[in-house]
Amino acid sequence: MSGKNNLKGWLYLLPAILFLGVFMVYPLVDVIIYSVEEGYNSASQSYKGIGLYNFSYVLHDPYFLQAIKNTFLLVIITVPLSTGIALLISVLLSSIKPLRNLFQTVYFLPYVTNTLAVGLVFMILFKKTPYSDGMINLVIKWFGGGVVDFIEGPYWAKMFVMCFYTIWVVMPFKILILTSALASVNQTYYNAAKVDGTSRGRIFRKITLPMISPMLFYLIITGFIGAFKAYSDEVAIFGTDLNAAGMNTIVGYVYDMLYGNSGGYPSYASAAALILFAIVFTITVINLKISKNNVQY
Amino acid sequence: MKVVLQNLYKRFPNQTKGGAEVVAVNNFNFEIPDGKLIGLLGPSGCGKSTTLNLISGLEKVSEGKIFFGEDDVTDLPPERRGVGLVFQNYALYPHLTARNNIIFPLQNLKGKDKMTKEAMNAKAEEVARLVQIEPFLDRKPSEMSGGQQQRVAIARALVKVPKVLLLDEPLSNLDARLRLQTREEIRRIQRDTGVTTIFVTHDQEEAMSISDLIVVMKDGIIQQIDKPQNVYDFPVNLFVAKFLGTPPINVFEGEVKGDRLFIGEQDVLEMKNVKDRKVYVGVRPEGFILDENGPLVCDLSAVEVMGRDTSVVSTHPAFTGVTIRSIIDTAENKVDPEAAQVRFSLKPYKVHIFDHETEERIPVEG
Repeated sequence: MSGKNNLKGWLYLLPAILFLGVFMVYPLVDVIIYSVEEGYNSASQSYKGIGLYNFSYVLHDPYFLQAIKNTFLLVIITVPLSTGIALLISVLLSSIKPLRNLFQTVYFLPYVTNTLAVGLVFMILFKKTPYSDGMINLVIKWFGGGVVDFIEGPYWAKMFVMCFYTIWVVMPFKILILTSALASVNQTYYNAAKVDGTSRGRIFRKITLPMISPMLFYLIITGFIGAFKAYSDEVAIFGTDLNAAGMNTIVGYVYDMLYGNSGGYPSYASAAALILFAIVFTITVINLKISKNNVQY
Repeated sequence: MKVVLQNLYKRFPNQTKGGAEVVAVNNFNFEIPDGKLIGLLGPSGCGKSTTLNLISGLEKVSEGKIFFGEDDVTDLPPERRGVGLVFQNYALYPHLTARNNIIFPLQNLKGKDKMTKEAMNAKAEEVARLVQIEPFLDRKPSEMSGGQQQRVAIARALVKVPKVLLLDEPLSNLDARLRLQTREEIRRIQRDTGVTTIFVTHDQEEAMSISDLIVVMKDGIIQQIDKPQNVYDFPVNLFVAKFLGTPPINVFEGEVKGDRLFIGEQDVLEMKNVKDRKVYVGVRPEGFILDENGPLVCDLSAVEVMGRDTSVVSTHPAFTGVTIRSIIDTAENKVDPEAAQVRFSLKPYKVHIFDHETEERIPVEG
């Protein structure tokens, strides 16, 4: 009887297991296998030996190191900035009454806009061509600054565009989440604080922030993961040859190793992907630990 | 500190377009004597919570004035009025311990009032002792029972020594047993501190049991302000009579004719010096006396023995409600539950008559 029941249970689970197996477990195992096959040749599907050479190669590849540097800079700059700015905007949004819906819509628009279309707009804003210096340079000139080539110029300028773009793209979702988190804080807490003569700053620090902290931590964690996986935004601005632009990311490096000009190296790609996985995993665990200690109710 | 409300109005604009504005508080005039416990009593939506919010300053006054003692506080923001407010849901900060909740108002003090950590802690422990929650000071609200949370909320409201303590439906979130206990607790705390206290409730029993004065409200208008017993014994109108007392007062259609009071066709009482007219006759449940020759003849429905008392449930053609409930001392219970009819005579001072048009009580001499 119980055996029959067990069978039935497995039968119900079969579709899910099938999908997970084919699209999650098998690729994952495959990636791990690829990553330890040394000297893999995709044409003959053969390899010379098993070992950690692929990891060593990737970790010594200057392109990969550049990608790591870019990705980390992107993460460290954009996650705190975007969360902070989104919090500021949400607080301002929830403290105004007239036109709130209009502003909310405006702030949410980037979310429903195509990445590549937005990339095009940023190109127009930042790109310097023989005919035009771009919008931003025009503004810089007004203020008496020198013209900067943001797309093909110095590293810091490209990084700036990158971060600016990323922050702008992730902002709507964060604002959406935070405004609803702010709206869900019970008004009586504010009334109680008001009666007790609490200053606005203290209300924000001691009541609002703790009350929305679960949502804040959620945004920070997903923000970290999202920023570590950045790739398409870079392509939208700098084109497909990210290594040439010096703006490659880890995911970009993985893609290049598989399909790019230098493509055809699934072993290196797998090794890089696993390194990325290790990084994201570690950071997320640390994040969860910190949030557990700070969300206290 | 006495609290004076003078020609107080609060109007809310109607949410739907073109609708009339809502007058939540309509021309309030009353003075709350220093150091008393006042119950604002009324059905839901009668404006009692709004009145409390006006006194606390959370709502802006539309018209009229509020005085604390001799000071006009009408335009002062809540934090400068020196009120302590206990919310219906307590509004304890869930991420702070009871102790930190209690000292939260103290930490807001600035300048010369600023307190050291030790002083704040000492103060917190002092009020915690007063409301008897010392053992729970380091617990979070989620780790406390409703009654304990309630007392933490009161402690937080008291810690700054408010001029006026305001309680919004303080007992509505507690179970029946805890409610009894907590209302005595509130009474005791109020006596110990001597703080003028105003509390809002829709439960007449709550208001009757602990208030020095009851303010009965309906639709934003004050119906009656008096001592609880006086409100019960001398209600100004039918609404107040119906609102106070459990089981509620029994209301009959009646008539005064030639110095006699009739319920339906039955001549029940002498009624001197009252003009002949149609009236409502209100009889408190304890105003019935079982009497084999009594003038009021009712159809018996049921006899419910409840230990000390017996509740006789009956009907009468002139009765405005569904069933008449009369409370009889069980020792005097001689009702035969099988009988078809039951006869009562009435205690004159438990019978109130109200004008049929205005529903005002008609004073009866003697």
